[in-house]
Amino acid sequence: MKKMFMLMSVVLLTFALAACGNNNSPKESGNASEAPSETSSASAELKGSILATGSTALQKLVENASGKFMDNNSGVAIQVQGGGSGAGLTQVSEGQSDIGNSDVFAEEKLDAAKAAELVDHKVAVVSIAAVVNADVNVDNLSKQQLIDIFTGKVKNWSEVGGNDQAIQIINRPSSSGTRATFEKFALGTKTEDLQGSIQEDSSGTVKKYVSETPGAIGYLALSYLDDSIKAIKYDGVEANVENVANGTYPVWAYEHMYTKGEPNEIVKAFLDFMMSDEIQSNDVVELGYIPMSEMQVQRDVEGNITK
Amino acid sequence: MAKSHDRQQGTPHIAEEWVGRIYTTICILFLIVSIFSLVYFVASKGLSTFFVNHVNPLDLLTGLKWSPDADIPLFGALPFIVGSFSTSLLAAIIAAPLSFCAAVFMVEIAPNFGRKYLQPVIELLAGIPSVVYGFVGLSVIVPLFRDWFPGQGVGIAAGAVVLSVMILPIITSISTDALAALPKGLKEGSYALGATRWQTIYRIVLPTTLPAQLTGIVLGIARAFGEALAVQMVIGNAPHIPRSLFESTSTLTSAITLSMGNTAMNSIQNNVLWSLAMILMLMTFVFVFIVRWLERRSKLG
Repeated sequence: MKKMFMLMSVVLLTFALAACGNNNSPKESGNASEAPSETSSASAELKGSILATGSTALQKLVENASGKFMDNNSGVAIQVQGGGSGAGLTQVSEGQSDIGNSDVFAEEKLDAAKAAELVDHKVAVVSIAAVVNADVNVDNLSKQQLIDIFTGKVKNWSEVGGNDQAIQIINRPSSSGTRATFEKFALGTKTEDLQGSIQEDSSGTVKKYVSETPGAIGYLALSYLDDSIKAIKYDGVEANVENVANGTYPVWAYEHMYTKGEPNEIVKAFLDFMMSDEIQSNDVVELGYIPMSEMQVQRDVEGNITK
Repeated sequence: MAKSHDRQQGTPHIAEEWVGRIYTTICILFLIVSIFSLVYFVASKGLSTFFVNHVNPLDLLTGLKWSPDADIPLFGALPFIVGSFSTSLLAAIIAAPLSFCAAVFMVEIAPNFGRKYLQPVIELLAGIPSVVYGFVGLSVIVPLFRDWFPGQGVGIAAGAVVLSVMILPIITSISTDALAALPKGLKEGSYALGATRWQTIYRIVLPTTLPAQLTGIVLGIARAFGEALAVQMVIGNAPHIPRSLFESTSTLTSAITLSMGNTAMNSIQNNVLWSLAMILMLMTFVFVFIVRWLERRSKLG
């Protein structure tokens, strides 16, 4: 009898695990307001769960915010997953997750009809700076010089005022949101993957390559800048929060949290919390983003800037 | 209670038999369903590149230029295929002799020390997460190759070295099993004829266990072929056929992992990545067939 019980429990466990694997928790998160109430529900008004997926760049910020939000609202469970902007947009568009985190506008990844169903919530601004290996003797690059480097026209630092050293490009894959932002606003043109260039998607790996490879050039979000690499000025403008906020430094993009249609009560509460002073002036700044409230300029999907 | 009553009557074994049978059947069904749905999923996604997006399969397999996001997208996966094959074959070339020597040492030369200490240590290699191998490669191998050879250190050579360490335990354990399973009489006969230990290993042990050794090597290549993360970190990922072993190139897996998350489902860019996954899957089938064929040969021999 004992053995039989053991066997049966193994069978049950197998199925339970299999069910977990298949579910991917859309059901739990989909009808958030109907989640079962807990016994000690007197303290919290909001109950339910939220699933946010997508951009790995945004993941840390959303995780931090969700931790704080859950401390205040014990009835809400928020799950934050990475997977990339494309995956996040797809999943929110298909109703598999409640929030799709993205580095790019939905219109840039999804077709127009699907993108129109999504509601954009911009939660922060990320700025990207061109960075070089510390031994590269160049402090400033013009737009044209950057274009020449990333299209392979200029192959040696001496051609842009540096030492006689070969340029090694550390790029992002062509599908990357960071690369899209850099190409669109720093270069103004798409570039091809050059023979011999190095491509990595993770900012940590890009930074490691730039800091260790002689003559390397790449681009990183401001939050990744430190002494191991050298950030260079763009057309004489330094990449910092102030210059991005007043519109003089153009290489930046919004961090988006998309919902399908207008968000429900819980998701709305969480998105409001993302925009609250507690997150915007603490976590957003600490993680190297620029708070929405500081931005003196706005930008639409086409890239038109308005004051 | 009724069942425990039956048990008293002396029919417990029949009940146990049935429980076991039902349990195994359920497990097998689950396995079959998951394997078939997996194959179906990858194939349906991978084939929609050709049927929905009308990409020419021949262009995909032989094209040299990969620019899926360009205004006129080009999907040439040949650089990835070349990268995958050269990296995993080179890894096997590095790992196979090492594994064979380790196996010979463990079985023939110092069975006590080898089995007791060396084998667990080698098997330990299999348990280290691939991201750790990737990071070690990135921090140690790439800078080393950058200093020693022309180029930036990234490339097929760095990828192959990282992979060779990863597949070492697979080839070693299969080699060890094959050597240990060798009939004693064969070796004793060889010694009786006056052959030295080296002659015995070289002329008797190696040829007789060759099919099993090859099985291990093919399994190792299959593992290397499918490895993604560690390779992605050290190979450089430029979608071009490299001009040397130390120039940035890309493999099928690294192309998939770099872009899969960034592309939206059902877009052409995403479907093409699934086609690459399908190529990987078909290659694994080929590897499995080769292993089966080798195993059959070893039984006949």
